[in-house]
Amino acid sequence: MKSFEEISKLLINQFPSINFEIKSDVKFEPYIIVPPNQIDNVCLFLRDNIDLQFDSLVNLSAVDDFNGEKTKDEQGNDIMKGGTLSLYYHLESIKYRHKILLRVLTDRDNPSVLSVTSVWNSANWHEREAFDLFGINFINHPDLRRILMPYDWEFGHPLRKDYQNPEFYQGMKVPY
Amino acid sequence: MIYDFFYNLTGSALFSGLFVAIMPLLTFILPFALFAVLLERKVAGHIQDRLGPMRVGYHGLLQTVADIIKLIQKEDIIARENDKLLFNIAPVLTFVGSYAAFAVIPFSSIFLGANLDLAIFYIIAVTGLVVVGILMAGWASNNKYSLLGAMRSAAQIVSYEIPTIIVILSIVMITGSMSLMTFSENQTQYFWNWYIFGGPEFNLKKFLLIPFMFVGLIVIYISTLAEVNRTPFDIPEAESELVSGYHTEYSGMKFAIFFLAEYANMFAVSALIATMFFGGYHSPFGYLGNLLNIPWMIPVEQFFWFISKGIFFVFVQMWLRWTLPRLRVDQLMTVSWKYLIPISFVNLLIVGIISLI
Amino acid sequence: MSVRTEEMVLNMGPQHPSTHGVLRLELTLEGEIITKVVPHIGYLHRCFEKHCEVMTYPQIIPYTDRMDYLAAMCNELGFVIGVEKLLAIQVPERVEYIRVIMAELQRIASHLVAIGTYGADIGAFTPFLYCFRDREKILNLFEITCGARLLYNYIWIGGLSHDLHPDFIRLTKEFIREFKPNLRELNNLLTYNKIFIDRTANIGILPLETAINYGVTGPMLRASGLRWDLRKDDSYSIYNKFDFEIPIGEGKMGTIGDSWDRYFVRVREMEESIKIIEQAIEQIPDGDVTAGIPKRIKPVVGHIYSRVENPRGELGYFIISDGSATPFRVKVRAPSFVNLQVLDVLCRGHMVADVIAILGSVDIVLGEVDR
Repeated sequence: MKSFEEISKLLINQFPSINFEIKSDVKFEPYIIVPPNQIDNVCLFLRDNIDLQFDSLVNLSAVDDFNGEKTKDEQGNDIMKGGTLSLYYHLESIKYRHKILLRVLTDRDNPSVLSVTSVWNSANWHEREAFDLFGINFINHPDLRRILMPYDWEFGHPLRKDYQNPEFYQGMKVPY
Repeated sequence: MIYDFFYNLTGSALFSGLFVAIMPLLTFILPFALFAVLLERKVAGHIQDRLGPMRVGYHGLLQTVADIIKLIQKEDIIARENDKLLFNIAPVLTFVGSYAAFAVIPFSSIFLGANLDLAIFYIIAVTGLVVVGILMAGWASNNKYSLLGAMRSAAQIVSYEIPTIIVILSIVMITGSMSLMTFSENQTQYFWNWYIFGGPEFNLKKFLLIPFMFVGLIVIYISTLAEVNRTPFDIPEAESELVSGYHTEYSGMKFAIFFLAEYANMFAVSALIATMFFGGYHSPFGYLGNLLNIPWMIPVEQFFWFISKGIFFVFVQMWLRWTLPRLRVDQLMTVSWKYLIPISFVNLLIVGIISLI
Repeated sequence: MSVRTEEMVLNMGPQHPSTHGVLRLELTLEGEIITKVVPHIGYLHRCFEKHCEVMTYPQIIPYTDRMDYLAAMCNELGFVIGVEKLLAIQVPERVEYIRVIMAELQRIASHLVAIGTYGADIGAFTPFLYCFRDREKILNLFEITCGARLLYNYIWIGGLSHDLHPDFIRLTKEFIREFKPNLRELNNLLTYNKIFIDRTANIGILPLETAINYGVTGPMLRASGLRWDLRKDDSYSIYNKFDFEIPIGEGKMGTIGDSWDRYFVRVREMEESIKIIEQAIEQIPDGDVTAGIPKRIKPVVGHIYSRVENPRGELGYFIISDGSATPFRVKVRAPSFVNLQVLDVLCRGHMVADVIAILGSVDIVLGEVDR
């Protein structure tokens, strides 16, 4: 069972070209920030390395950081421009019982991250949900389409903080 | 026999034929169906540790009457794409297939529709109409699930007719006749004269036959369970898989006719088994009428014994339904072709050899 | 001239007696053999995560009940444990014992539903009613404690909403005494029934490697042979004080990881839960259950992932707090959501009737798949 420092050291040694940000003093779980275009290499290493063997992706959450600038769009609604969306990857090794948390930051206006479905198949639906509710585009995902909202929902991505409900959907009044 | 009775009474073949056709329906099948539906629900309830219908009538006795009134006044829905002719004829055909068998089953020594010499042959031939009715229902419903259910049902009924016929053949070999009246007549007096215990003659053949008769009984009981589409063989109407199979699209009175056909069929095969193995309408111990010297009471007693045996076997069918899970389609076919048919063949061979002794 | 065969697409639509809720399965068939299964979900999406961003922490608890409505106590427990870690408070011991008793009773009730409906799908209608008869007794126990039979709002942050009813311990002991012979009867009726075994053994085999890669947890993972249970491996509350075993699938009637194993693991888990409840009732201390509830719930800035062992698998709550009375983000990792992905792999090469058997053994609840 390895500690957070040992795992981060192994990662930095393996990928000297990537600029990881190690956040070890946050409450209550420390995490490592990984660039979005390297996440699949990093995850493949984490899964296959003989000392780490993170064979299970426990959770993949998307979060709207709400750290851009607040402006108004044409209709006068409050929207946010700029800022980031984050993805949190909780990984666990069943063999060694250690855990780690990875974070990926991506632009709010054009979010796109490499998919880790080829590493862990459980990421398939998690990433579809992140796409559906936040609009994050996953490159190399085998089947990226909406999962919880109706397939023809064209009014945006509901879990963003500046999301506005449409008036009508297929002839039905939405807010009631 | 009833036909002859009415012909002598009225002299008109048409009228007596009509009467013979209607009488079993009115005097027996409709009241039986009423009773059987209630019996099924009460049996199901008590096996499942609950009470079943309790409110309509005393302890739920009038439940079926309420159900019939509800079904009669329901709207008869026919979808636009359904084939109207086939859709309407299908329940009728299914009912006719099971109802026609009642013409030759002896309810007592005088209550018999028509004393055919080829009664068994006639029954086997006529129950094939049920398959046609089911296939029509599945096709005309214009519904993938119904079609699947109907095809499975047709395959199932046709496969399970073979062990049924082979076991019937073995009984025919012992008796030497195909008439059900002769079957019943041969098993008189006491219960050890029944065919399940080897037959009326008290000799070596009788004792040798007993185990093979039991094997034949089990084979034919299982096969007829499959013929009437009861669990564990109720894939065609499997509620949880096919949402009621071939009668999904039927509502109101047509659905009631399918239901009626199922219970009539259940009783027909139970009656057949009772006649072939358990003495038909004879009582196991001798007649009260003989004891009290009232000769006209004997047919009434026989009727009572016959109905009891039939209802007992129907009850066992219901008991099995609420206890056992359902077989999958390929397992169903395996049971018939790989197990029941070889067993019944061997049984037939051995019974044939024994009957030569 | 060759016969043209086409693949048929069959829709087990959102309204179907056996899909355990509003789930749409699109099956691609070749004759009776399945080549692909695509589940379509989202019919029960009620925007739980969006609601969490505008409600205070105590207000979220009734909403967590309604996600997996058959295991409401365990849902509440997961959320409350996470918030208590964020607040860094410790609850009194009596509260912990009562929470464990309620969670284990809820586990038995949920497994009874899973087993009963599984039997009903296969065609055995009677075990369904026997299971529900026993579940009624459990729901009565819940009713005398907090007033509700299905959705409780009982486990609060820092404590509980009501203390145990004075008759609770006596009625629980009675329930345990009546349940053990009923469990034996259920085994005779369904578990070792030859027809049931023919329908479920060697159907839907899930190899262990595939299971871990697909993120499967709970009885499904244990049936594939891995002894992994969050109550022992990442222990929360006071589970480390109790002595119980973790049943795994051993391939007794077929291969390891088939549907019969998944079903049997659930039956055995009910027996183990009975053991835990008996021990907890012996050891429960006295105390006040509402004393530790804080007046104002404002956690520090931070994030935490708390997880519990739901009857269906690992239920995780990823809570991000920004220092105010409402959370910044709550993400729920629902076990049925993750377990349902593996349905395609399980169903390949089987027949339509087997889809029902496999889906019943996965044991999903659409409330938590869709949230």
